[in-house]
Amino acid sequence: MNNPQLNQHGELQHLLSTEGLPVRIVRDILDRAATFLGEGHAEINKVPLLHGKSVFNIFFENSTRTRTTFEIAAKKLSADVVNLNIGSSSTSKGETLLDTVDNLCAMHADMFVVRHATSGAAHLIARHVAPGIHVINAGDGRHAHPTQALLDMYTIRHYKQEFHNLTVAIVGDVLHSRVARSQIHALTTLGVPEVRVIAPKTLLPSMVEKLGVRVFHSMEEGLKGVDVVMMLRLQNERMQGALLPSAQEYFKYYGLTRERLALAKPDAIVMHPGPMNRGVEIDSSVADGAQSVILPQVTFGIAIRMAVMSLLAGTST
Amino acid sequence: MNIHISGGRLIDPKNGIDAQQDVFIVDKRIAAIGQAPEGFVAEQLIDARGLIVTPGLVDVAARLREPGYEYRATLESEMAAAVAGGVTSLSCPPDTDPPLDEPGLVEMLKHRARSLNQARVFPVGALTYGLKGEQITEMAELTEAGCKAFGHADAPPADNRVLMRAMQYAATFGFRVWLRPQDAALSRNGVAHDGEVAARLGLPPIPVVAETVALSTMLQLARETGVLLHVCRISSAAGVEMIRAAKRESLRVTCDVSMNHVHLTDMDIGYFDANCHLQPPLRTQRDREALRAGLADGTIDAICSNHSPVDDDAKLLPFAEAEAGATGMELLLPLVLKWAEQESIPLLDALARVTINPAQSLGVKVGHLSPGAHADVCIFDPQATWKVEPAALISQGKNTPFNGYTLQGRVRYTVVEGKTVFVA
Repeated sequence: MNNPQLNQHGELQHLLSTEGLPVRIVRDILDRAATFLGEGHAEINKVPLLHGKSVFNIFFENSTRTRTTFEIAAKKLSADVVNLNIGSSSTSKGETLLDTVDNLCAMHADMFVVRHATSGAAHLIARHVAPGIHVINAGDGRHAHPTQALLDMYTIRHYKQEFHNLTVAIVGDVLHSRVARSQIHALTTLGVPEVRVIAPKTLLPSMVEKLGVRVFHSMEEGLKGVDVVMMLRLQNERMQGALLPSAQEYFKYYGLTRERLALAKPDAIVMHPGPMNRGVEIDSSVADGAQSVILPQVTFGIAIRMAVMSLLAGTST
Repeated sequence: MNIHISGGRLIDPKNGIDAQQDVFIVDKRIAAIGQAPEGFVAEQLIDARGLIVTPGLVDVAARLREPGYEYRATLESEMAAAVAGGVTSLSCPPDTDPPLDEPGLVEMLKHRARSLNQARVFPVGALTYGLKGEQITEMAELTEAGCKAFGHADAPPADNRVLMRAMQYAATFGFRVWLRPQDAALSRNGVAHDGEVAARLGLPPIPVVAETVALSTMLQLARETGVLLHVCRISSAAGVEMIRAAKRESLRVTCDVSMNHVHLTDMDIGYFDANCHLQPPLRTQRDREALRAGLADGTIDAICSNHSPVDDDAKLLPFAEAEAGATGMELLLPLVLKWAEQESIPLLDALARVTINPAQSLGVKVGHLSPGAHADVCIFDPQATWKVEPAALISQGKNTPFNGYTLQGRVRYTVVEGKTVFVA
């Protein structure tokens, strides 16, 4: 099976998932992001790397934050940006997903940033577009959200420098989370020796351990001695469908509180992909506390997206 | 027509024949095997040297998409695909639109099929009206109209009291009940086997317990009601073991598996290949091995194509949104041969899984070449290799996980009721 993200020279053709992403490409993206953030130099405000290129943000699922950071990143690279909010369903207007994509290709898109509610949508588009066009997955169903995971890796490297000596815990609704899947693959790719997931059984996919994680059902045990706590967003709709009894009980047993965070290493950092549900998965005192790096994550997110887009723009066709 | 099939290797599983024998057809029936009957004059001579002559295949699950889904396939296209695949008898599930729950619909389908003079169609009638799982259908009337069994599409009625009464009623008349074991609630919104692949790709899962819970219920109700139960499209190792145990205690149950599940696993989904979006879902290698073991020891009686033509528009979608199903009738024979070769199963045993065994599950007198039997014959070249390509398929459904595969075994002649209906 060919890796659909790479071209025949092993260069990044599309960014669809952190799974199967070679470590050299991951490191390249993190290093590029560092230069955009001006680590060692001044922060770069605008560069012409994507001058004359058209980036289409096509969001079949609503998102403000991710779309905005992609838009800022593309504009900083001097690209022309077109935003399309197509709504929750590709078929709501009777036009199929690939028809939509064909139409946008005819408008001379160079790059698509795609979010879709169904797993595999970005892969489908990547298979379909002409060879010169790049696809960035901005989240597909429960499958992947690679730029989020990469910005998380950047954050971890920023605060912890190395990956090979870390214990990382991912807490919450892994079952429905594309962020968690992408984080797990990115962490294991970068050589994190122990990745834990902490959740009740109803919020874990069966066979999750096959992804290379240690499974915990208790916060008290799972947080012990960790360097990084990565919280996941718990969506309100999970209170339906017999997955959880109530937000209150969830917070009582799986919410990140000061007391629980004290079980982690003293210099542990707390991350969250946003948007947060304060009082559901995380206590405000932790979210706003000294160990929280949630806002820097957002800043790093723009640089990571610039790094990915500039890397793709430089890929030979 | 009087046909002399000469010089071929005759394999007739029901009669235990695997030998070079000529076959003589007089009018619509098999007249004799080996020696020509007295006064026989052939109107057509089929030179079958180097070919295998076998009863026409019986495919117990072939969706023809009529009535209601003619944009996916029509009776004309699918009946032509059947005979191109050597299939001379097929049964179609009741999940048409409207479902096959009225005698008039069944008569119309039978009439349309008969007028095409190709394969025999044995409809599986709906067990409940509209397949809603509420009110049982007029099974006796439907049987008179031509139904050979009663089924419930992809899941049994959710209400077990309805299921039990439907079985009791069917048992009253000796009708067969065909059910696919999949608990509707446990499989709701699911699109892939609940395992490593689904976890990795973030695909909504269908756990094995969706099969075993439903199977356990239907086996217990079959035991209670004495109905003739046929379990459709078994997919898991645990399911095979339950059937094996049921047969050991002499429960009257038969079982089939789709050819897709004999060959593929959830790993074949790869990077979201929608052609591998099937119902039931492809499961693990362990399950596939158990299905093969079940076929080898007779726990599983029949292999079917589970032919479900889907149009391109319904497949060119993200995996979970794509419609489940794959074309299959034209691939059934080569995929059975491939399985037999891989598992070193003698052809006599392998072909029983697509001839006499499914005919018996269906309770119809086809699937063998005894003198006096219907002259339904499949003649194929076991050496011919061919590449599966959408353009090469006659079925209107062009989607199959086997696209691009090179398969061995190609049908050369198909005879139905003494008429040569396909030549290649």
